[in-house]
Amino acid sequence: MSDSAFAIVFFAIIGGALRVSTPFMFVALGECLTEKSGRVNLGLEGTLVLGAMTAYAVSYHSGYPWLGVFAAGLSGAVLGGMHGYICKLPKVNDIAVGIAMMLFGTGIAFFFGKAYIQPSAPRLESFSLGAWTGNAQITTALQINPLLLVGIVVALLMAWAFANTKWGLIVRMAGDSAPAATAMGVSVDLVRFLSTMAGGFLAGVGGAFLSLFYPGSWNQGLSSGQGLMAVALVIFARWAPVRCIIAALLFGAAGAIGPALQSVGITQGYYFFNAAPYILTLGIMIASAGSKKAMRDVPGELSITK
Amino acid sequence: MAEVADQLRTSPAATRMNDLSIRVRRSAEYIAIPLIALVASAVLFSIFLLALGKSPADFFQLVIRGGFSSAFSLQNTLQRSAPLILTALAVAVPARIGLVMIGGEGALVMGGFAAAALSIPMVVGHWPPLLVWLIMAVMAAIVGGIWVGIVGYLRHARGVNETISSLLLTYIGIAIMNFFVEGVLRDLTNPNKPSTRPLGDAYMLPKIPGTDVHWGLAVGVILAIVLQVLLSRTTFGFAVRVAGGNARAALAQGLPVGKLIVICCMIAGACAGLAGFFEVAAIQGSANASLVAVTALPAFWSPSSPGIIRSPSFRSPSCSAASSPRAA
Repeated sequence: MSDSAFAIVFFAIIGGALRVSTPFMFVALGECLTEKSGRVNLGLEGTLVLGAMTAYAVSYHSGYPWLGVFAAGLSGAVLGGMHGYICKLPKVNDIAVGIAMMLFGTGIAFFFGKAYIQPSAPRLESFSLGAWTGNAQITTALQINPLLLVGIVVALLMAWAFANTKWGLIVRMAGDSAPAATAMGVSVDLVRFLSTMAGGFLAGVGGAFLSLFYPGSWNQGLSSGQGLMAVALVIFARWAPVRCIIAALLFGAAGAIGPALQSVGITQGYYFFNAAPYILTLGIMIASAGSKKAMRDVPGELSITK
Repeated sequence: MAEVADQLRTSPAATRMNDLSIRVRRSAEYIAIPLIALVASAVLFSIFLLALGKSPADFFQLVIRGGFSSAFSLQNTLQRSAPLILTALAVAVPARIGLVMIGGEGALVMGGFAAAALSIPMVVGHWPPLLVWLIMAVMAAIVGGIWVGIVGYLRHARGVNETISSLLLTYIGIAIMNFFVEGVLRDLTNPNKPSTRPLGDAYMLPKIPGTDVHWGLAVGVILAIVLQVLLSRTTFGFAVRVAGGNARAALAQGLPVGKLIVICCMIAGACAGLAGFFEVAAIQGSANASLVAVTALPAFWSPSSPGIIRSPSFRSPSCSAASSPRAA
């Protein structure tokens, strides 16, 4: 045991972190964009599941997994657009709509997804970061997917756009002070609608990763709260896209502890290791929610931290 | 600022109406909104069925037959609605103080599990059933109350968003139950389904005489009425509604807002915990994974009682008891 087993667990956690974190990353980036514009979309959990189903179905029928990824994004954009439109109506609470969209998205996905539980669809290609070690176990453990890199690029792009472009400024203004944005002639509702839609697109892509790469199949238990944890993760990342990446990796590592220990035969406390991401999320929320830094970075219009 | 803009938009209409018409409008809304939502969802679902080539008429006939047509199906419906009344209370009470709480399921699971775990030594020791049920119910309510009370405390003390934290605690609660049910508390005589030691027939809660429905329904209805009175006719209820309407104004009036939040959450958790107790003592006979399937989440959409959830900050967009998956 000891040395080699330790190495295997270590690399399994690293590799698991890279794999498990990708959906977190996309959902968190989408939520980050939406929240920057001043709205909370709790429905991304449903978007993630619908994205996973759509990607799997399209990949199965067309034979092109990347087409599936795109379709997943579109389905997410539709759900995001619905959320954005409903929230535009007077006296509508975005959190309540989010919960409704969460149930709607998962319901639709389960309904249309029944037919796709059995058949096997073409997956996304991957490459390994561990090939240089020559160790077969480490090579498989460090399999990563191009979508991870896409996520990192999107995060960098978003961070740059928030800081340096007119669009970024408009989104931030809508999120910080709706009256100021209105005074500048910006349609706050339109900005938030588009931000929610774009956020939904990203979350849908995150779902595609779940069904087309890891775990790599479509079933009803595919997502268990990742979409919700991503919302908490955005608070932890204090609405900065690059910090979202780091937070997502941390969450991924927490999620990988259980399977990694199982791979070397440690099954004691299996349920607690599987609950690690939830416990971590809660701990992080407790630690960060009341902090002064978080209070400084929070978009002024956000209902979730009021 | 958004609220101010909102008020500006609605105030001309409000000033035109006198007290009576406001009252009439309110009670009309009270009935009309859920009804319209129900009809709208029925219409949408019909379109859905038509697209699949199935007859909506057949479907609604089946729903009515399965839900309300015979004494058996009616009792079955009531049986299933019993935990939903209790978990709906777990949503409604925090909603009055402005909290969107969707983690009742965690309290249900923890309450049911605690009751089942505590029952083991009492059943082995042949305690009188009435005492066992009483202790189990109290324990379930306390554990559920603490579980959701944590959420309220975190909300008050650290500003942690209650919607997310209550949901996370649900996952954690399920993990705790699974850990024990598949570990030290597992009943080894039942190899098929991991569960705690069954209560046995002598300790199963009896039905309400003359029916097939367990006592959880009666307790749910009574609790709903009690809480309705508590929230609308007492100073405590008034304080809760003030705090829910405007926390800052409530603080300025010297109301202990934090304490009120925690108390509301504990009441909510106690209700959900009781639902867990009834699931264990009247339906399952032990704590197992089926508790999770009771799903407190649909309760969020069933505006059973006390009244429809209507805090100024929160309106449920589509609410109908019939749209919950369990009713289908």
